[in-house]
Amino acid sequence: MSKLLLSGNEAIARGAYEAGVQVATGYPGTPSSEILEVIAAEYRGAIYAEWSTNEKVAMDAAAGAAYSGRRSLVTTKQVGMNVLSDALLYTVYTGSPAGLVVVTADDPGMFSSQNEQDNRWYAKLAKIPLLEPADSQEAKDFVVAAFGVSERFDTPVLVRTTMRTSHSKSAVRLGERPAVPETVGPFVRDQEKYVCTAMWAKKRHPLVEQRLLDLTEWAETAEINRVEWGGRSLGIITSGVTYMYAREVFPDASFLKLGMTYPLPKRAIRAFADGVERLIVIEELDPFLEESIRAMGIDATGKGIYPPCGELLPDTLARLSAEAGLIERREAAVSAPPPVGLPPRTPVLCAGCPHRSTYYWLARMKIPVAGDIGCYNLGCLPPFNAQHTMGCMGASIGVLHGMAIAGLPERAVATIGDSTFFHSGMPALANMVHNRSRGVTIIMDNGTTAMTGHQDHPGTGWSLRGDAVRIPIEPLVRAMGVETVRTVDAFDMTAVKAGLDECLGADGPSVLITEGLCVQISKPSSPAYTVDPSTCVACGTCFRLGCPAIVRAEGTTGEGRAKAEIDATLCVGCDLCRQVCPTGAIRRPAPREKGDE
Amino acid sequence: MTPLNFLVAGVGGQGTLLASDILAEVGIRSGCDAKKSDVLGLAVRGGSVLSHVRWGDRIASPVIGPGEVDFMLAFEPLEAMRGIPFLRSESVVVCNTQPVIPISVSSGTAQYPGRDEIERALRGAASVIHFVDATSRAIALGTPRVANVVLLGAFSTLVDVDPSIWETVVLQRVPARYEEMNRAAFRAGRALLNRKEEA
Repeated sequence: MSKLLLSGNEAIARGAYEAGVQVATGYPGTPSSEILEVIAAEYRGAIYAEWSTNEKVAMDAAAGAAYSGRRSLVTTKQVGMNVLSDALLYTVYTGSPAGLVVVTADDPGMFSSQNEQDNRWYAKLAKIPLLEPADSQEAKDFVVAAFGVSERFDTPVLVRTTMRTSHSKSAVRLGERPAVPETVGPFVRDQEKYVCTAMWAKKRHPLVEQRLLDLTEWAETAEINRVEWGGRSLGIITSGVTYMYAREVFPDASFLKLGMTYPLPKRAIRAFADGVERLIVIEELDPFLEESIRAMGIDATGKGIYPPCGELLPDTLARLSAEAGLIERREAAVSAPPPVGLPPRTPVLCAGCPHRSTYYWLARMKIPVAGDIGCYNLGCLPPFNAQHTMGCMGASIGVLHGMAIAGLPERAVATIGDSTFFHSGMPALANMVHNRSRGVTIIMDNGTTAMTGHQDHPGTGWSLRGDAVRIPIEPLVRAMGVETVRTVDAFDMTAVKAGLDECLGADGPSVLITEGLCVQISKPSSPAYTVDPSTCVACGTCFRLGCPAIVRAEGTTGEGRAKAEIDATLCVGCDLCRQVCPTGAIRRPAPREKGDE
Repeated sequence: MTPLNFLVAGVGGQGTLLASDILAEVGIRSGCDAKKSDVLGLAVRGGSVLSHVRWGDRIASPVIGPGEVDFMLAFEPLEAMRGIPFLRSESVVVCNTQPVIPISVSSGTAQYPGRDEIERALRGAASVIHFVDATSRAIALGTPRVANVVLLGAFSTLVDVDPSIWETVVLQRVPARYEEMNRAAFRAGRALLNRKEEA
């Protein structure tokens, strides 16, 4: 049997293959995106994979496929679960003839998310089983197990990873793909099961409750939960990657390692608690396990020692455990203090980014901006500081509408990317039109879902399987009833400004579409621009573009200002700096002769 | 065996993830258990990237703590300094000398530390520091893009693993059409720190 080094996400993709999954859907979001990308790349012939327009659509599609007899998988990042949950909750009542599994990749430590929500609560809310793998081997195995549980108990199953399980790599033993149905149908017409109208759903609810009791009983002896007896003075209940950290910090303790963290095996927990002198619960984020264990009347400590914020990495775990007297204090062997005052290296809009022109003007015009989720969120940072709210996918347009109905005297703007617009911006724009609102929606169309790694969406003309139908944005917003719509070249500073002015002057809702391909896709190879130092007057205008290729020249002018220089290794020749330079000091290079390369 | 802990530090786009993947794979190929974990921050280019790689008989946590690093492979001097809290007095460091200037420096709000300051800080934190001009060596070979493989080659001389295992794993992870270039880069890197192979 071969053994491969796989990330948690790669292992989940492999698990889908080995579980006989035939349909996989999702919307990109760090740290979950690689699951569908790997399925599309490695298991293309075996599994239909798609980027759906949003997580709810992905869940509905997976439900329909599972109703039709295909094992189906949905992937999401933790906040995408909020979008997906409406669809998940009806599948809890219906069940499905073929397995239905949702993978949520949570983000303790908020490496790339707007909050740190603990999606384990969704399992309790939905009354469905929850599996938490601790490494890549378990990530694969638990996906296979999840489909077994899903079909045995006629329920959707939630598999929850964290950034560390999804993005860490460890060795995985591979298995085989089982036989899968080639054809399906006819569609099962069982209205009382699959139509969640109140009169029928009422009859389903008691079945959901009974199913939870059956699952609890099953969990008591399921191999997915295991006891590892060590010293009896300390017992630890834990799950997921936190188990791996705790194993290192407490080599001598006894462990109840829960693979299924909802519903909990109460008798097994009680027996474990009775077998140890002191019981602690180690979990990142919320006291999800601890609350249930304490509600059983068992004396256990968790959040009294460990914080509900951030990751619980081994060094934090060891320090807090020592402070609580659980282990001997171990000083880290660090030999030097951390250097202070190191220059930060924060992400910036790339040299050649099409979003730069918009934020340059928004900053100069001092317009209030409701922002959204995407690379363009970097518009909130200096030198722009031109994004003043940002909450969740698609929020910008609704917030802009709220600013208008509140009677804000200033004209305000929403900035939203093309993929985010299709995800959840469209209903908000329809709402603005319908309610005769006002304000400018800037759709920053860079032809991709850039931040999560360049996935396609309905506006690109490509899908995860290749060729697709492209839905152009301008006719779409016109059809929605927006009267003032302007499409401009994002790399033409004058056109962006003129378009913005026109849209700001409109009476009702208006839309400015700034078109420019993401530089990571277009990868232009133009030679670098240069600055003529004798013409540069150190006015600083080009620095307001926040371009990483524009750097301060050595030495300063008499007034302490620096002239500009262009880093030839970073400049891609987007031309924006030449357009804003008031003295013509920034020069376009002479076009390359044929045969130069 | 006592677990061996490696830290790979660099800037997004420098090829640090490929390097840490290779490092973990070499661990598995040489008969160890291995795990790795990357901290990427936002999935946007140009940010700091730290990868943890661990080899051992049986590795539980994929994450290394402060003062636990045996070897640090730094693709960029400033990022090497950011790795200092992970070092201890026995640590061995290989550091590329070519800086990548962050926008906080190019925009004038911060200063890039001087060569002396960087050297002093690293020498105060670890036992052995090898500064390697991998970028220049890579440019001499034809492209700065293979600097990561030059650096891996240099680094491979410090770890007790058959060089052929390293080379096999490196060449498996690069596109076939760049195989020769990468083989040359790996060997050039080895020669930088291993005088016996210089001929």
